[in-house]
Amino acid sequence: MKEISEFQRKACTIAMLGSGGAGVMTAAEILLRAAGRAGYYGLMTKSFGPQIRGGEAAAFVTLSTAPVDIQGDQVDLLFAMDWQNTERFAGELHISSDTLVISGLPGAEPPAIVAGHQPTLVEVNLKAMTRSHKGTRPNMVALGVVAGALGLAQETVNDLVNERLTAKGEDAMAHGTAAIELGYGEAEDLDFDPLPASDGDTPRWIISGNQAAGYGAMRGGVRFAAAYPITPATEILEWLAPRLQKAGGLLVQAEDELASINMIIGGAFGGAAVLTATSGPGLALMSESIGLAVAAEIPLLVIDVMRGGPSTGIPTKSEQSDLNIAVYGLHGDAPHVVTAPNSIPDCLFTAQWSTHLAESMQVPVIMLSDQSFGQALGIVDRPAELAFATRRQVATTPAAADYQRYAATLSGVSPMAIPGTPGGQYIADGLEHTETGTPSSGVADHNKQLEKRLTKVVDFDYGNHWAEIEGSGPAAIITWGSTTGPVRQAMQRIDPHGERLRLISLRLISPAQPDRLAKALAGCGRIMVIEQSQMAQFFGHLKAQFDLPIHADLYARPGPQPFRADEIAAKLEDWLS
Amino acid sequence: MSTETACPLTARDYKSELKPVWCPGCGDFSVLMAITKALAETGRRPEEIAVISGIGCSSRLPAYTNCYGFHGVHGRALPLAAGLKLSRPDLLVIAAGGDGDGYSIGGNHFLHACRRNVDLTYIVMDNQVYGMTKGQPSPTTPPEWDSALAPGGTGLRPFHPLVIALAAGANFVARSFSGDPANTAQLVLEAIRHPGFSLIEILSPCVTFRPEDRNWAKRVHPAAVDETQDRARAARRVLTDDGFNTGILFRGDRPPYQPPYNPAEAGPVDFEVEFRP
Repeated sequence: MKEISEFQRKACTIAMLGSGGAGVMTAAEILLRAAGRAGYYGLMTKSFGPQIRGGEAAAFVTLSTAPVDIQGDQVDLLFAMDWQNTERFAGELHISSDTLVISGLPGAEPPAIVAGHQPTLVEVNLKAMTRSHKGTRPNMVALGVVAGALGLAQETVNDLVNERLTAKGEDAMAHGTAAIELGYGEAEDLDFDPLPASDGDTPRWIISGNQAAGYGAMRGGVRFAAAYPITPATEILEWLAPRLQKAGGLLVQAEDELASINMIIGGAFGGAAVLTATSGPGLALMSESIGLAVAAEIPLLVIDVMRGGPSTGIPTKSEQSDLNIAVYGLHGDAPHVVTAPNSIPDCLFTAQWSTHLAESMQVPVIMLSDQSFGQALGIVDRPAELAFATRRQVATTPAAADYQRYAATLSGVSPMAIPGTPGGQYIADGLEHTETGTPSSGVADHNKQLEKRLTKVVDFDYGNHWAEIEGSGPAAIITWGSTTGPVRQAMQRIDPHGERLRLISLRLISPAQPDRLAKALAGCGRIMVIEQSQMAQFFGHLKAQFDLPIHADLYARPGPQPFRADEIAAKLEDWLS
Repeated sequence: MSTETACPLTARDYKSELKPVWCPGCGDFSVLMAITKALAETGRRPEEIAVISGIGCSSRLPAYTNCYGFHGVHGRALPLAAGLKLSRPDLLVIAAGGDGDGYSIGGNHFLHACRRNVDLTYIVMDNQVYGMTKGQPSPTTPPEWDSALAPGGTGLRPFHPLVIALAAGANFVARSFSGDPANTAQLVLEAIRHPGFSLIEILSPCVTFRPEDRNWAKRVHPAAVDETQDRARAARRVLTDDGFNTGILFRGDRPPYQPPYNPAEAGPVDFEVEFRP
């Protein structure tokens, strides 16, 4: 068995392949859950062919005894139900001579992208086994083989299979258990190192970034949502819709993104904490009305689950290329807030924090999540309970004669009257206005309101949440969002004690915090910025808004290929030498 | 929720101190008067009412009321109003605007507001022109109308909002004329009282850019037949009339879209159990 530290460095990555309907996703998810129950950390990502339904599918599960941010560098165990169209996973399926490849279709030749790396190849006759035990399904046998090879308790896997099949009756459950038994039997003959012991029954969560974002927003108080379906954000909406109902709230499906953003503006004007979720094209449609929310000082949360762009781009794959539209995409001088989570569990924290920021400052907040968080399923530590005390400042007993909705207060935040409050009547307006809300094109009014809206966002105390800082070395890496995971993993490999490198991952993208960054960079002689954008949007933002040293280095490339730890580690080794 | 109680409020209590930006003689003055008169009749207090608009001459209306209001972006009054009403069913919500705002840039929302049937009243002051931008053709402008932007006319058939509203599912459809404020006030009140999405098309001439429309006063007439609850019949009548028939043209019985707010039976913490592996 490998050393623990060596294991944690590499983790263990399992891939399951199959054509449409073969059930690899179900098998892989049960595998992930079983590992979660056994006390491991994990991450599951999915890759599909272009077909709406059916077509080839690949599930990747990475397991470790330490938190897993990204898929492992290479596949340790590949189970192929068949080899149909496997070529399309070239670039995603990293096979080496150390990989154990199990083919469920004896006699079928693995394609060159697998066979070319000369892995160990084993055959398992799924068809013969399921024929000999009527009612058993090939994907459950495959699950048994893989779970057995990893050394996961058969009882745990059986429990999960039975929970899933309860509704289908006793027979289905018996067939499921029989299939798992067949698989475990086959696994006995395999030469594969089982997972090292885990730390037992620490309570963990299984959650996707999209679920975490929806849940975080609910924790932050969101009870009204309106949205239009879009990949890869839809799961946030589908998770929220029934749960908002149970929690005394509502999600409305709008006719388009122009409607959804305006519906939540209406809901927030009425006093509710609100959100919408979308992706790049939807954010582009919403941007005019986000400007309205800036001018009329309406708190709202827009979650953009980024995908490859521009235009329809690559809806099912990740990229960090909506930063510019989120930060700079509004017309006029429109101060607002842009945040970004840096891991799956951080989607929860950042969504909750973003709701708090929106409500506290009466401002739109755009949270930039991305597909690689949104649609991946992680086994993570149970996120801490958090509560932010500050809520929306509300005018409860305004006197009609002198209530000023847009009073230029010291903080820039002015109490908001909620419809129904006698004496608080005002007109929320996208037109520039006076402190009472009366339209005005006067110089003094424009300057006063511009100043008010900028002050409240710039002077707000964002505390320590503006960034994650790890390590204390003299060479700093500045990054954000889903690039943080691969950078963190790469750093652990080449600088396990944090003596050479320092990681600064920005959670608050805008407004810029140049003083805080300067402080975090104290003692750093070198800086490298790493991001997943061809045009280096983050680097440009840092150069424009922060005091970045002239000699900052850059590693930027587009999606859809996720960053791998070995890719970044090689880059950093080269940079440091 | 009915809060119609004996209330000493009059139309004046629903008017703000602000002087409208409209041109002298604009039809919208009397529409404003009719709306405030109708609001006084509802018995709802000004703070229980929200008037929502987009952009255009008539969309300046919320600021001239003493209610809560939202003057949003061009074309999006209806979704904003729907969001407010759905999250605050206790409020009386009115959307107001013009033909360009509602039927051109806001056309898709118009269709879906009719279809969704949220309990709103939508007051469209149709002057068949973009007035605020100084005289361009709108979806209801006659095809031959000459303008700088469309020399010689658009050549396009005008949009027929009432038929479209009926086809899309609006629950109450009426037409009125700004020059008849008493009748307009009565129709606005009926529209407010009718559950679901109510559309009132108010012919409201633009004396500046379409002075020829002052003659609408001579052309309007009360609908010759009584209101109907038959959608197809209403659509046929509206399609075949001269466009100057006033009164309630359709009164439907679709239940309004208002998903119930269940008392919170669960808080976020109750969903944590779902995240156990």
